[in-house]
Amino acid sequence: MELLDLYPALFVAFFKIGLFGFGGGYAMLPLIQHEIVDTHQWMSVSDFTDIVAISQTTPGPIAFNSATYIGYSAVTEMGFASGYGVIGSAICTFAVSLPSLILMTLVTAFFFRLKNNPWLQSALSILKPAIIGLIASAALILITPYNFIDYKSWIIFGVVLAASIKKVDPILLIFLSGVMGLVLY
Amino acid sequence: MGTIKQYWELFLVFFKIGAFTFGGGYAMIPLIRNEVVNKKRWIQDDEFIDMLAIAQSMPGPIALNTALFVGNKRRGFKGSLFSAAGVILPSFIVILLIAMVFTQFKDNEVVERIFKGIRPAVVALIVAPLLSLGKSAGVRWKNLWIPVAVALAVWQLNVSPMYIVLAAILLGISHFIYLRTKINK
Repeated sequence: MELLDLYPALFVAFFKIGLFGFGGGYAMLPLIQHEIVDTHQWMSVSDFTDIVAISQTTPGPIAFNSATYIGYSAVTEMGFASGYGVIGSAICTFAVSLPSLILMTLVTAFFFRLKNNPWLQSALSILKPAIIGLIASAALILITPYNFIDYKSWIIFGVVLAASIKKVDPILLIFLSGVMGLVLY
Repeated sequence: MGTIKQYWELFLVFFKIGAFTFGGGYAMIPLIRNEVVNKKRWIQDDEFIDMLAIAQSMPGPIALNTALFVGNKRRGFKGSLFSAAGVILPSFIVILLIAMVFTQFKDNEVVERIFKGIRPAVVALIVAPLLSLGKSAGVRWKNLWIPVAVALAVWQLNVSPMYIVLAAILLGISHFIYLRTKINK
């Protein structure tokens, strides 16, 4: 694939992610996964899981983190120099932000009319519970034989789930699970 | 020359927010509020709450939508470009550096063992907030079928989350139209 094909493809994929990524954060994951892993096969599910892990331990929204990472890795994995990868990162980050820029500019102009608007509220009435389903699907999609190798994976899953419900810091949990991986495997 | 300082200030405040909030989205809100409402007094608290509701109902990362709104309120469209650049840049730089390094080390045996431990933890961190997020999104027994159907459709039938979002918005609006015509009769 030529760069002149790859860059526009990345732009379109991340513009879609920005435009249809309601609910922010984890709710955007299945959409990113669908575009990047299924449709374009720019990376594998386990590589995608690693990006989510990196996103959980670095500052900033997951959508930006994955845009930057995927923009770079999709370009360099096709054999292009890292400088072209940086341009790929910039294109993806710009594309994922553009829908927000357009919509929020409009919203700010019409702010008081949109507030308590029954049309907006009705549009959200089913979208809000649907977003919870999207987050659940993000978790289900990541339960693969690559990510869950054996019973030890499920022990780590159980421990982290319990600790996270008890509000233990996620960065600490990622760090500890990395240590568990070193010890157990 | 006061205005240049104001643009720069918008950039710096949101750069700080982008650099020090891990986990994105909801974790960033208290910090943004503290900076923009308490310290800088750019907007009032009740306006911030209203804006938050709208930033959450628009697609895209919530931190970006909030930055765009505050920037726009303060210095118009150009202001929103500065605040958006500020909130995007920290994660862009950090992830780009990680992408450059990690793509070279990801096949390393030790790194692979660490990530074997981290991958199931990532899934646990996505599952953990589902219950509390579900409650605040208004999921009850009566409408539990919505998230369940969405999760199954995306996970098992590989339906694009894009279509889920469109369908949910259309269903919500048609339900509203249906209720309104019923009342009018």
